[in-house]
Amino acid sequence: MNTFHLGNGAGFSGDRVDAPIPVLRSLIARGGPAAMFFETLGERTVALAHLEKRANPTRGYEPMLERLLDPILVDAHAHRIPLLGNWGAANPPAAALAVARLALAKGLPDLRIGLVEGDEVTPAVAGGQLPVHEADAGLDMGAWSLIAANAYIGAEPLVEALAQGADVVVAGRTSDPALAIAPLAHHFGWRFDDWERLALGAATGHLLECGSQVTGGVFWDPGFKDIPDPANIGFPIAEVTEAGGLVITKPEGTGGIVDLRTVKEQLLYELHDPAHYITPDVVLDITQCRLEQVGRDRVAVHGLRGAPRPDTLKVTASFEGSWLGEGEVSVAGPNALARARATADVLLRRMKLRGLDVRARVDLIGVASVHDDDGGSLWRGYVGPEPQDIRIRLAVEARTRDDADQASREVLALLCCGTAGTGGARWRVTPRILTRSHLVLRERVPTRVTTRTAKEIAA
Amino acid sequence: MREVPLHAIAHSRAGDKGNRLNMSLIPYDPAHYELIAAQVTEARVLDLFRHRGATGCTRYDLPNLHAFNFVVDEVLEGGVNGSLNLDGHGKTHSFRLLELTIRLPA
Repeated sequence: MNTFHLGNGAGFSGDRVDAPIPVLRSLIARGGPAAMFFETLGERTVALAHLEKRANPTRGYEPMLERLLDPILVDAHAHRIPLLGNWGAANPPAAALAVARLALAKGLPDLRIGLVEGDEVTPAVAGGQLPVHEADAGLDMGAWSLIAANAYIGAEPLVEALAQGADVVVAGRTSDPALAIAPLAHHFGWRFDDWERLALGAATGHLLECGSQVTGGVFWDPGFKDIPDPANIGFPIAEVTEAGGLVITKPEGTGGIVDLRTVKEQLLYELHDPAHYITPDVVLDITQCRLEQVGRDRVAVHGLRGAPRPDTLKVTASFEGSWLGEGEVSVAGPNALARARATADVLLRRMKLRGLDVRARVDLIGVASVHDDDGGSLWRGYVGPEPQDIRIRLAVEARTRDDADQASREVLALLCCGTAGTGGARWRVTPRILTRSHLVLRERVPTRVTTRTAKEIAA
Repeated sequence: MREVPLHAIAHSRAGDKGNRLNMSLIPYDPAHYELIAAQVTEARVLDLFRHRGATGCTRYDLPNLHAFNFVVDEVLEGGVNGSLNLDGHGKTHSFRLLELTIRLPA
């Protein structure tokens, strides 16, 4: 049976950098045709990368790129296992150059690097030519300046790079599932109107794109859902057959778990209507999906269906927004709750007394915070056991950096002016990035694919 | 009849898209699927998030997977775009859903 093995080496920018090593080792041990993909680009990651590129034109790509590739590049190349990633972020040519230099340092001058460009559509958004996505219809960005806009491109240009013999594919804003669809479509020769096969690829990508989230990551609930060796979770591998079979598994000798529970959680992750999961390559329908445990850490996925892809691509536009100011102090021991509540009210009064133009919120961490609302209805209404250790957090949004800074410094002032036993102040100010989704006709986003050797790129 | 938190019989994961939150709800035992379908209504889940200004809740039933998908609108106080919450993505809300109680036959 013709089986392709697809491994995932990263689920986001910031993932465990040693995770790809056992995945590649497992793919090599399996011996069959294989590829690995790395999903490192979130909506905000790409905006931050654009800002980094503005400050330094040689940067603006995945900061961990070299660290991820360093331990695997030689072995992947030796075993003809292509590595694909959207690690180009805002600057795919700079990322390709970084890969080329790494390859030369590793003695691989003939390593072929496929560069995929063309996803950036900043001028079209700046010119007001692209309609706003219905989900963001009410979002007015008039006050903020555009950083950049990128379209979520599909798998076809990535297939082109593989067809040109790329050992490493460097792309920018691809859709996440495209990184999985491409090596499968390239290997099996799928057509881009074979919706059933593309649905199989999209589901494979969806299940693998968050790395460990299908093998035990964000799953462990001690005593209820336990996993082996959570400090060493194995990242996922999919086995896809020509006949349309799909099995999710993970490398031997790693921690984590693949069972019906982990696969169900990830199948529904960030999903809205299960009949219409829209990707640039196919609309996936999981309503008839069935799962089957077919071995230890092996789950088979059946019943995936696909419908034709949309005529439009989603675009994420990012804007330089307001400023976020944050400050925290702690209280602990007897009467901590009363002291914390009093501190919260004083902080909110200080915003008014100072005339600071901010929107403010206070959390009482240890009483109620992440589940609470901006008005603090949960901590204000809290009745129950007396918490012994509470962190008071002020968060403000301001139009100017100075207002955000002055507001967060009010927390610092509590070290002398606060309630009895106040300590442990921290404060910081960060710029906010706002995003808005648009739509663009796919023919308005022409992509370019060029594959050259490391030696040629670095010359 | 005894009443238990959903956490005793089911698990969940939350994710975001803009200002919208989705949460899976998956019983450990498929036999509990119908009990959840009858008792964990869109209205009850929306009530859990009213304090944050949530405006709507849709439940998608997946009987083949013995799982549910809840989508809650306008719940993230602006989402990662505008929220002052430490958890702008709303990933911790799966465990707020699991606080909801369910009545089991004795």
